[in-house]
Amino acid sequence: MAEVWRPPRRLVWRIGEVVETRHATPRTKSLLLDVPGWEGHKAGQHVDVRLTAEDGYQAQRSYSIASAPEERGVELVVERLDDGEVSPYLTDELRTGDSLELRGPIGGWFVWEAKDGGPLFLVAGGSGIAPLMAMIRHRAVMAMIRHRAAAGSEAPSRLLYSSRSREDIIFADELDHLAASDGSLEVVHTLTRSQPPGWTGYARRIDDEMLAEVAPSPEQRPLVFVCGPTPLVESVATTLVGLGHDAGRIKTERFGPTGG
Amino acid sequence: MSFFSRGFRGRRRQTDDRLPPGQYLVEGFPVLSAGPTPRTPLEEWDFSVGGEVDEPKRWTWDEFRALPSEEITRDIHCVTKWSKLSTRWEGVSVDTLLEGVQTAAEYMLAFCDGGYTTNLPLEDVTGGRAWIAYSFDGEPLQPEHGGPARLLVPHLYFWKSAKWVRGLRLLTHDEPGFWESLGYHNYGDPWREQRYWGD
Repeated sequence: MAEVWRPPRRLVWRIGEVVETRHATPRTKSLLLDVPGWEGHKAGQHVDVRLTAEDGYQAQRSYSIASAPEERGVELVVERLDDGEVSPYLTDELRTGDSLELRGPIGGWFVWEAKDGGPLFLVAGGSGIAPLMAMIRHRAVMAMIRHRAAAGSEAPSRLLYSSRSREDIIFADELDHLAASDGSLEVVHTLTRSQPPGWTGYARRIDDEMLAEVAPSPEQRPLVFVCGPTPLVESVATTLVGLGHDAGRIKTERFGPTGG
Repeated sequence: MSFFSRGFRGRRRQTDDRLPPGQYLVEGFPVLSAGPTPRTPLEEWDFSVGGEVDEPKRWTWDEFRALPSEEITRDIHCVTKWSKLSTRWEGVSVDTLLEGVQTAAEYMLAFCDGGYTTNLPLEDVTGGRAWIAYSFDGEPLQPEHGGPARLLVPHLYFWKSAKWVRGLRLLTHDEPGFWESLGYHNYGDPWREQRYWGD
């Protein structure tokens, strides 16, 4: 059966209300928005945010959604770029109760739904965790639903997450908790700049050797999602292809200080 | 009625009238792509023009580089909001590649290493509006920016300027490409802010 073709509908600008802002790390903030009329999203998608000054001047940027499709509201992770125009407003000025204009969800490629299966291999650098967190949360919700229905197990998943220091790990507690309560989710951290006393994990940028150790074998045909700054994404994707992973199963997304 | 963001004034560093709506200027050259960067050796590289044509054409890298080339200086605009002014390229005009081709086609699909495609009306890639570029800023085009060669259609959003391009398939009907099938606008005019479906 051919799918019924539906004419594209315009993604309208909606006004969301900030219901919570959280200091995710010293350099990032997470914003939880209630967006009336929001029609849902898939894990991995992003939104466009538009700021308007009183005289009509506008600026737009894109931010990935970190919340699972099943959660109420839309959570965005914003990394503060010191010379940025939009991100310092979002991290420093925006408060609970403020309105924020956005439209989405956008992007149909860098997405994962539980029905896509696995195993999943997720690689994040810094705030690149945001769309991958949506996938991890989506996976956790689906696992809960399935276990309640006494059905099979979830796609095994592994996250390799590069942060500067322990305090820069976004969603650190939640990731610890999820990994502790779910035997099929493994979280591997690497801390590139400073490590707390007694740190036994990786303490360098993601490199070929680390990927060879952490990535599932190519024979397992993992679905790979890589999100972070361009140099990390370029080198991880290239290395994985070199290790024998199918380039067609590696999806990439960039998070970069490109002026945001 | 009109919405504004409490406390937002903006930096206004981009008052340039060469900047389309919703865009901001960058000095660097951000990289965006959907998957790993393909690396095809030049001896395996070729470029072809096929589809609705009287006779398909094909060039090896050396043959392609021997074609007449042009220097191009244009502003480029990415749908992710950054714009870069006066970028300098060198490449072969699509007019040169289509010289002598008999076709009833009104559209084309550019295809690339890695499986990426993008669709364009033929009139948007002819008449001095599109090139196959192999040099940026006086240097060979780097793989992460689409090297050895990418399509360059600077009057449309930059995803239309497909990286790692390997050929053009001429079509009598329009066929959505990669991003065009995944929520992005079929045509992509930055001056009309045609970012997504329905814009």
